[in-house]
Amino acid sequence: MTAPLLVCRGLTMRFGGLTALDALDLDVLPGEILGLIGPNGSGKTTFFNVVTGVYAATAGSAVFAGADLTRLTAQAIYRAGITRTFQRSRLALPLSIFDNLMIGNHRRLDHGLAFNLFRRVALKAQYESAVDEARTLLATFSVPLATRLFEPASAVTMIDRRRIEICRALISRPKLLLLDEPSAGMTHEETRELMDDILLVRGRMPGLGIILIEHEMNVIERVTDRCAVFNYGKRIAAGTYAEVAADRDVQQAYLGQE
Amino acid sequence: MGALRWGVGSVATVAVYAALFLYAEAQSVVIGLLVGAVVAMVMASRFDVLARVGESFARHERALDRLTFAACIAVAALFHDQHFVLLMLATVLLYFVACIGLNLQFGHTGVVNFAGAAFFGVGAYAAAVLSQHTPVPHLAIIVIAGAVAAVIGSVLIIPVLRTRGHYAAMVTIAFGVLFKTFLEVNDTLGGPQGLKLPGMSVFGIPFNANIALSDDAEISFYMHYVVLALLLAAGAYSLSRRIERSWIGLNLDAVRLDETACATFGIDVARWKIVAYTIGNALCGIAGAVYAMMTGFIAPNNFTFGDSLIMVSIILLGGVGNPRGVMIAAAVVLLLPEKLQMIQEYRFLLYAVLVMAVLLFRPEGLLPRRLRAYFPGGTS
Repeated sequence: MTAPLLVCRGLTMRFGGLTALDALDLDVLPGEILGLIGPNGSGKTTFFNVVTGVYAATAGSAVFAGADLTRLTAQAIYRAGITRTFQRSRLALPLSIFDNLMIGNHRRLDHGLAFNLFRRVALKAQYESAVDEARTLLATFSVPLATRLFEPASAVTMIDRRRIEICRALISRPKLLLLDEPSAGMTHEETRELMDDILLVRGRMPGLGIILIEHEMNVIERVTDRCAVFNYGKRIAAGTYAEVAADRDVQQAYLGQE
Repeated sequence: MGALRWGVGSVATVAVYAALFLYAEAQSVVIGLLVGAVVAMVMASRFDVLARVGESFARHERALDRLTFAACIAVAALFHDQHFVLLMLATVLLYFVACIGLNLQFGHTGVVNFAGAAFFGVGAYAAAVLSQHTPVPHLAIIVIAGAVAAVIGSVLIIPVLRTRGHYAAMVTIAFGVLFKTFLEVNDTLGGPQGLKLPGMSVFGIPFNANIALSDDAEISFYMHYVVLALLLAAGAYSLSRRIERSWIGLNLDAVRLDETACATFGIDVARWKIVAYTIGNALCGIAGAVYAMMTGFIAPNNFTFGDSLIMVSIILLGGVGNPRGVMIAAAVVLLLPEKLQMIQEYRFLLYAVLVMAVLLFRPEGLLPRRLRAYFPGGTS
């Protein structure tokens, strides 16, 4: 068996008296899509925020590709190769689609003052290869969208914004991608399209691990290899969709106690 | 779309208008010109002229930038023997330099700074002290004054990084007020009476002597300062453009728009705030140093909170993030009270009304910023 990409042990996040994550154990393997399900407030997004360094864990550890990232800043975690999308789209709407992708491409661009201000020729070369790359990546999701690279992100539809957000997270070639409810607010048809895109990307980027927060059970059933169920900050079940769906604790969490 | 003639036409129109406005003495003529400008603006936006002009500027930017520079020289040449007009022109250009600095901070990075006039003042006082007590060449003084403003501004970096919105505004307002008070009680810096400065002298050229053309014609000595201010303005403009059109400009925008999201993509929020803040304050200091040497006399009352507000209103009026808009707004805000004497007393009221009107009807300013084109003029 291959070594896991992300190993969380006893991961705990407390906000005052509220325990949002309670001694969570979770492994993610390279190349797999792990579905994260659970009722609202069960700690799924908090888990993402802790793993990406938005919050510092109260206790426990998260080890990514052999390196402990529990005490790292959000910036360092990004450089290590974890990127994410947000539950509510957090694109820079007044900026162009290209600019939004380049925000995600940060670690592969040169940010030196002298380089940016005085070496315009070298900057132009870097810029042009970035444009090509952005266009190619967008085109795997949507060919028409790729032609609109220099339009404001605010000018495109909701599903295209989601695609841009996913591309922003993918362009730096991460090892682990966290998708926080990418289908929120979209129709079934749009959700299916988006999930097809995600499966396509997975096929093209072998080794990329994906954690997907999702409420639609048919989506989870279709795209995930394994899933983990959260309730009150604890992982109450893990396994394939069929195993998890048959679990008594899971049924209780969703349907309530009899 | 994007034909060069629209851009050329607009630069020429603005230059002729500026010349007429500067030439006008009678209040009725001034008011007539103002009404004409408002009507022209309304008509221009109704008939899509503004869009075409904008398109033209985007397509032929380099040529139109040069033309704008030439137009500034032409207007100055027209008034070559009038001290007061040239003084006003140089003042507008220096305020433009300072406002470009504030625009980098606020317009691009979202770091509010209500102490622009204080940093302008730091540069002015640094120039006064250095030119009176040291033999440092005057061009070097300008650079040093910028550095001093940046260093003094670094005192505020920690509170500015830790606060946002209203609180960050309060921090800078407090700094501006304290700075003025500090000057008033500090006897070595002249106290409330202020300090005198000698005129500039660069490469043996005394800036405070008129230039004789012939026996009965001469160029006002202020022309030296206009030229210097114009060069600084061109430098600040070019710096601002280069920053905007690079990964740095993108980082600054990302920091302004969503700090949490950009941190998860590796962008160091504090670093870029410090970069913008330092460059912005340095530009204010540089402008202040030249202003001080040009006027020959500075006092705490030149650098009040009200002056900082004028700088902020220039940015809001002109178009947040757009250096060209800042240029127009700097000219409007500074020249209007000089020409319309009746509003001298009420100028803050007028600015307040103007800013509110713009925020209500054109919230992005008179000339809104366009999408970033990293290498404009090309086809992509």
